[in-house]
Amino acid sequence: MSSSSYELGRDVRPSDLTFYYLLKGLAWGLVLLLLAMVGVIFALSWEALSHFGPGFFFDPSWDSWREQFGALTFIYGTLVTSLIALILAVPVSLAVALFLNELAPSWLARPLGFFVEMLAAIPSIVYGLWGLFVLAPFLRDHVQPPLGQYLGFLPLFQGPPMGVGMLAAGVILAIMIIPTIASISREVFRSVPATLREAALGLGATRWEMLRLAVLKASVSGIVGAVVLGLGRALGETMAVTMVIGNRPQIDWSLFESGQTMASILANQYAEADSSLHLSALTAVGFTLFVVSLAINSLARWIIWRMQRVN
Amino acid sequence: METLSWRRRSTNHLMLSLLFLGGVLAAVPFFFISWYVLQKGLGVLSFEFFTQTPVGPGQTGGGMANAIVGSGVMLALASVLGIPWGMAAGIYLSEYGRGKTAAALRFSIDLLTSVPSIVVGIFIYGVVVIHFGFSAYAGAMALAVIMLPIVARSTEEILKLTPQHIREAGLALGLPRWRVILRIVVPGSRAALLTGVMLALARVAGETAPLLFTALGNQFFARSLSEPTASLPVQIYNSAKSGYADMEALAWGGALVLVFFVFIINLLTRWLMGMKWN
Repeated sequence: MSSSSYELGRDVRPSDLTFYYLLKGLAWGLVLLLLAMVGVIFALSWEALSHFGPGFFFDPSWDSWREQFGALTFIYGTLVTSLIALILAVPVSLAVALFLNELAPSWLARPLGFFVEMLAAIPSIVYGLWGLFVLAPFLRDHVQPPLGQYLGFLPLFQGPPMGVGMLAAGVILAIMIIPTIASISREVFRSVPATLREAALGLGATRWEMLRLAVLKASVSGIVGAVVLGLGRALGETMAVTMVIGNRPQIDWSLFESGQTMASILANQYAEADSSLHLSALTAVGFTLFVVSLAINSLARWIIWRMQRVN
Repeated sequence: METLSWRRRSTNHLMLSLLFLGGVLAAVPFFFISWYVLQKGLGVLSFEFFTQTPVGPGQTGGGMANAIVGSGVMLALASVLGIPWGMAAGIYLSEYGRGKTAAALRFSIDLLTSVPSIVVGIFIYGVVVIHFGFSAYAGAMALAVIMLPIVARSTEEILKLTPQHIREAGLALGLPRWRVILRIVVPGSRAALLTGVMLALARVAGETAPLLFTALGNQFFARSLSEPTASLPVQIYNSAKSGYADMEALAWGGALVLVFFVFIINLLTRWLMGMKWN
């Protein structure tokens, strides 16, 4: 009763108490749901995890014929595509956030901000469709040939330009996480007190120096939180990646090559797994993805929460 | 007074131009995607598209009627579970949720929002599909799980905007607190709550991954809710990877319907919110 008297005050009616406990039960039911997800998915992964041991995470083979399964290829694919996405999306997101908040007149900032926000509303299957039929051919014809020509001495940009592959997946992910990083960065920049900006300008700073010294420096931890949240979104993104990554379980240095991520292997094989060990191995990949994305999102929210408390 | 050094001035111009460029660059994909979806999808939309089921590979014609109906049915089922439960949780957080335990609850609900949707699919597969097979029920449950935390958090944010004195006025009249909440606080935010629910629906309507191995998909109309059921996003996916030009065209038509639905809801909610708060 101590928590109810804390949240309800004293002298409550029975009807109020019933209502309170009903709502409380339903609300905590969501926590139960999260725990049930962890439990159920772990239980279904157990067969594969106990069969292969910790080596599961370091084994690059994925062979349903010989029943030899390992998650390394997919962990690699997820990391590489997410990394490409961050490298491309972070500068653009920060630039658009700074531009909209600090520089653009409102007649420009409003529609531009709207278009960026609407990027978050487009379903990922539509990104996938566009990526497969528009973006991938564009990369094949206009981006990968010059990359191979001028940067081909790097192992990253070798091999024939094919369009679909790790690079295409990274680019489509970048577009998808721009609204996430940009909108949180905008909130972070908004919380920087105007006096800091005025002080910088008053001391003779140029606009850019003001942005760098007053706005960006004060926002570092918030920006990190926004980027980590964007990373969380990129890790778990399924459909768009599945449609453009080429879906070949292999580890290759070249970003032009096909690959497979933790999410895309699930989309490809889960409905038609051949054996119970195959299904369990797939579930174990899902469990890995689940745990990693819980950890990344907790980290991001902790960073943002701590920053909000300081301000 | 000394003028700015050439280096500081040119750095300023360069960086401000780069910020401008970044701002434009971030808005460009929206136009490209919308334009392609419109251009490739518009020609496909016909009476047939909305009334026929897909035809076999290599044949021409066909539509996505079964997928549109399937999506509608699963969204409705998901709403039945997701909206009341999510709103109850949101009301709890806004009206009673104070202190450390409520903060932990809020944090867990935020984590639930960030669970990759394909993982939700695995969960429902393990709980429902293993025992009862692929069905509209299973698909709807996966969608409901995704809706729940979104509805809960939007309900909380909206109800928190209700001024405290409105609650106090109700309590001062001697109303029990549950009546104050259900008769005064919640109805007072009807329009905003509705927009929150519609945004959650728009978000869930485009979900593909959690349906792939719960509702599966179906070339025809499902005869009951316990059968594999087609949905618009899954049918777009299957048509897009079919390799047949006619089916790829249908995929663009489906994408246009989906994007149209999502954009209309987003514009409508913005318009409603704008009316309410500006």
